[in-house]
Amino acid sequence: MTWSWDVFFSVIPLIFKGLWITVGLTLACYVFAAVFGFFWVFISRLPWRPVTWLFGWIAEFIRSTPPLVQLFFIYYAWPMMPVIGVSLNPFVAAILGLGMHFSTYMSEVYRSGIESVDKGQWEASTALNLSTRQKWTKIILPQAIPPTIPMLGNYLIIMFKEVPLASTIGVVAMLHIANDYGAQYYKFVEPLTVVALFFLLLSYPSALLINKLEKKYNRSFDKKTLA
Amino acid sequence: MNSLPDIFSAVVQGLGITLQVLFLSIICASIIALVAGLSRVNSNPLLRGFTGFYVEIFRGTSLIVQLFWFSYALPGLFNIHLGSDVWVAVLAISLNYGAYMSEIVRGSIQAVSAGQTEASIALNLSKFQRMRHIILPQALRMMLPEYGNYLIQILKATSLVSLIGLTDLLYYGNIYRSTHIAESPMVYVLLLVMYFVIALPLIAFTRKMESVAKKGVAS
Amino acid sequence: MVEPIVQYKDVRKSFGETEVLKGIDLDIRPSEKVALIGPSGSGKTTIIRMLMTLEEPTAGIIEVNGQNLWQMQKKEEWVTADENHLRSIRGDIGMVFQHFNLFPHMTILENCMLAPVLVKNENKAEVKATAVEMLEKVGLGDKIELYPAQLSGGQKQRVAMARALMMRPQVMLFDEVTSALDPELVGEVLEVIRDLAKEGEMAMILVTHEMDFALDIADRVVFLNEGVIEEEGPPSEILLNPDSERLQDFLGRFMNNR
Repeated sequence: MTWSWDVFFSVIPLIFKGLWITVGLTLACYVFAAVFGFFWVFISRLPWRPVTWLFGWIAEFIRSTPPLVQLFFIYYAWPMMPVIGVSLNPFVAAILGLGMHFSTYMSEVYRSGIESVDKGQWEASTALNLSTRQKWTKIILPQAIPPTIPMLGNYLIIMFKEVPLASTIGVVAMLHIANDYGAQYYKFVEPLTVVALFFLLLSYPSALLINKLEKKYNRSFDKKTLA
Repeated sequence: MNSLPDIFSAVVQGLGITLQVLFLSIICASIIALVAGLSRVNSNPLLRGFTGFYVEIFRGTSLIVQLFWFSYALPGLFNIHLGSDVWVAVLAISLNYGAYMSEIVRGSIQAVSAGQTEASIALNLSKFQRMRHIILPQALRMMLPEYGNYLIQILKATSLVSLIGLTDLLYYGNIYRSTHIAESPMVYVLLLVMYFVIALPLIAFTRKMESVAKKGVAS
Repeated sequence: MVEPIVQYKDVRKSFGETEVLKGIDLDIRPSEKVALIGPSGSGKTTIIRMLMTLEEPTAGIIEVNGQNLWQMQKKEEWVTADENHLRSIRGDIGMVFQHFNLFPHMTILENCMLAPVLVKNENKAEVKATAVEMLEKVGLGDKIELYPAQLSGGQKQRVAMARALMMRPQVMLFDEVTSALDPELVGEVLEVIRDLAKEGEMAMILVTHEMDFALDIADRVVFLNEGVIEEEGPPSEILLNPDSERLQDFLGRFMNNR
């Protein structure tokens, strides 16, 4: 087998079509993970010890086991479940599976943001007799959110690179198109190279951008701690 | 419920491959990470540039794409035969995670305070001695928690090798499921539990290292 | 007249656009104790950091025992010194830092033993004996197995001194060694330096804000202002009868601040 530039160039438009599906799916998973991440944080701050402990381990379980197996569970096994089982289309299964997996990471980001706010800030807002709602919206969140922005961006890139897992349950995005093409013409390396290049093309500039954000927010954070 | 032993005995056949890929990948990825991380703080701009290129390529693309790419390109394009697909998997996983982990090596080296370097210059240590006796020991301690996290990532990544035909846990799980559709939920729950059991010592290691890293490092 | 052990010849240093040292000429003779005083930002610390090879001068020459520290001869030409050249000379210099810079992953005994064993290839057992002796001398004989994190600031600084002394330098540099300490711990550190000064053989350059201390132990006080040496002389003259208005100002402000 030799490298063929003809094949390489001819698959570019084909795979480009899949790029938008990959990007769209990434965004959908991300939104799900970002919203569901709050759920874990909320649970972990409940005053009932056994509940927080149980959900802490459930989150750990989801975080430490392969997303691919979780994806298979949702797509293949869920419909077989008694009573609650329903068939899901591959897109929905991917959003649920990958979204759920990464929600456990997002919750850690939120938590680190909240913990990065100095204890004195809570005490000061109590001393000023602010309500719980005011404490959160006026004091804690405005300080907790900026340092998490680079991390949140990072997870967007990480999820972008995990989304091709969905091709294993039949989501026809870049990787799936490449493998289909390969199976048809027995030319795998060229389409896969194109897929890799598309990934690089999107994720590298995004990573640079996040690097910049990181420096910006770190700097403003330093200033805060110095003052 | 009584089918559980059957499922287990079917799936467990893949445990060997999963563990084999896991351990080999951890070893190779760690070595790559250390070498690449040190190269990125080296004073030679050529070495720095080349390693930076490697890191960005592997971090910028997706592991699953790299895995397919290697499994087709190595024998097909480059005529390289590693003897077993296990090595193809290990190569892809460790190059990928080696790139990620080299960033924590670099980050921790740079996080050791400048005062430590200055003190070792004042004591007339050579460049190599400074790195070997002062900077690296502290950097390694700092990076351990994140290192533990990456070990769990590598474990999760081993599940991908079934996609290139290796007979790991997931592979046998899928085989069993295809002939016992009704038992699918049990198959995947069991698989997840098995992965979690393997992950538990890694989780414990990570948590332990978090407490170790907190002491014994100059801030 | 004895040959100076350290000579600064029209040494200049810029950080980016700002010139912090604007031509420094300074001789240090063997066993001489010199106190560098001046407002913050006057370049005191930079002077000794250049001697320790932590900062490269922008222009001028620094000589140690008559050897050019920052330049070396390569086939007739003078080029910037490489690591080997710097290493061959800086063994004669030692330094104690404002923030101690002890190695946190080693016990204080290991901190003291590291450099003699690694750099000078001295016998480990002998080094250990010397290190224990040295730590006893600074009053920490019972703490040799502890890690830096387990010590107070004053104790850390005494370890740092013992560690630097282990290399038997001819010139010891002290960079505001009491500035990071709680007030009640300053005394114990100054006491150790005072003892060292009395022993005599080693030359010492002290960047300090402790005027009483400078008056007590220094042979010479150098007043630095805005990157130039404004005044220098015996401590009694400089500190008690300052000539220039700027030095009077500085000392006045200093006394008031206390």
